[in-house]
Amino acid sequence: MATYSTNEFKSGLKFMLDGDPCSIIENEFVKPGKGQAFNRVKYRNLKTGRVNERTFKSNDTVESADVVEMDLEFSYTDGEFWHFMDPQSFEQYAADANAITESKDWLKEQYVYTVTLWNGSPLLVTPPNFVNLAVVDTDPGVRGDTSGGGGKPATLETGAVVRVPLFIEIGEVLRVDTRSASYVERAKD
Amino acid sequence: MADIELMQHTLKRRAQLMADVRRFFAKRSVMEVDTPMLSSAAATATYLDSFVTQCHAGETVHRRYLHTSAEFAMKRLLATGSGPIYQICHVFRDGEHGRLHSPEFTMLEWYRPGFTLSMLMHELNQLLQQLGDFAPCVYFSYAQLFSNYLQIDCHHADEAELRLLALNTIPALPASWQSDRDGWLELLMTQCIEPQLAQLSTPVIIYDFPASQAQLARCVKDANGNKVAARFELYAGGLELANGYDELTDAIELRQRFVEDNRVRQSLGKAIMPMDEHLLMAQSQGLPQCSGVALGLDRLLMVLLDIKEIAAVQSIGFSDA
Repeated sequence: MATYSTNEFKSGLKFMLDGDPCSIIENEFVKPGKGQAFNRVKYRNLKTGRVNERTFKSNDTVESADVVEMDLEFSYTDGEFWHFMDPQSFEQYAADANAITESKDWLKEQYVYTVTLWNGSPLLVTPPNFVNLAVVDTDPGVRGDTSGGGGKPATLETGAVVRVPLFIEIGEVLRVDTRSASYVERAKD
Repeated sequence: MADIELMQHTLKRRAQLMADVRRFFAKRSVMEVDTPMLSSAAATATYLDSFVTQCHAGETVHRRYLHTSAEFAMKRLLATGSGPIYQICHVFRDGEHGRLHSPEFTMLEWYRPGFTLSMLMHELNQLLQQLGDFAPCVYFSYAQLFSNYLQIDCHHADEAELRLLALNTIPALPASWQSDRDGWLELLMTQCIEPQLAQLSTPVIIYDFPASQAQLARCVKDANGNKVAARFELYAGGLELANGYDELTDAIELRQRFVEDNRVRQSLGKAIMPMDEHLLMAQSQGLPQCSGVALGLDRLLMVLLDIKEIAAVQSIGFSDA
């Protein structure tokens, strides 16, 4: 396993801390007057998603984390696992419920997701910023109302519920921003 | 401001800063000197690492170190009777690279024979007000800061107390952290006290350091009878800007400190540094009592321009050089 010294620390570096894979957000070199230098590091625990701080002595080493990001196609779920496939190699990856916590409302077959793999297993599934999804349920549309004021809830084919303008009808395909879970526009074909 | 305009503005401010420094010292009849950056000897301080290089002259290869400050050379000039001197030069410190650190940076250093430490602190204060729109400095002893902000007696608390306090007040510190007494004090200073000093609108001068952090300062007794180092540091805008000493003039004690530094270096697996025998010789022949201070000009410029990265105030940053 490769190791990194503190002088290689930079944002985005993936390393192991207390058994969990982490990613550096911010690294600050600190040197008191004439004393020993250290690094104050802000990092994200990739397993829990939590952001934390840790102080390292300069020249300490940490183990690298075998973390890679891949673009994988969502295939199906069997209720326990969510199965993804590498469209090039056709290799399959099974993500558990923890890995899809943030993306489960946006999972649609054949769509491509960014999957963070740790030691070859999915750790985190991140949806694209924008997805196109069909409306499966909403109150009847009000024709001619394009004001955008008000709005109503609409259930999408993945189960996500977003607020949409009153003129949107069942069966329409919408462009949705997954980061804010909000309607952007009617999808253009 | 566009990037290029900002760069030009910074360059001009930098030039003005140096011109102002030179004017300040010219008025006071402090002589400008320039000493070699390459030396056959190096600083021994435990956590100061010198760049090393070689000079090939015919058959012989001379090992040379880039100076970490101009201190040793300037003290040799003082010992020959130079009188008050100052220098603006680039200094080099291996491994010190970050938002506030550059392995190569610009330092202003000056020495005042006959000055007490408080006279020098006063002069530094006047220099600051000449160079920028600074409020007069406020003064705290090292012990006052620890007592005000951490309710602990820095001179008498033992290592276990300091360790406990550090682990309790610095959440980012792992429980496995190993350090010595000074290491814990330094952690508490940089992590707990410095952020508080950054909130003050005035520059701060900290004086009477623990004797164990004397470096090249003489040791004295403070008002309460504690042995302290006649050393001060200047902070402004949360940045450590300057470090000053009432200089240790005793050549025998200086040699002991060099030897002790090297002993600690060796115990940490670090290279032993060649002691500056020229300095020791000069000092044994008589270094006048003097006070001296080194001020980081890049950081001063960061404070003056409210720029957060040292590389952005240098004409060309380390990574782009």
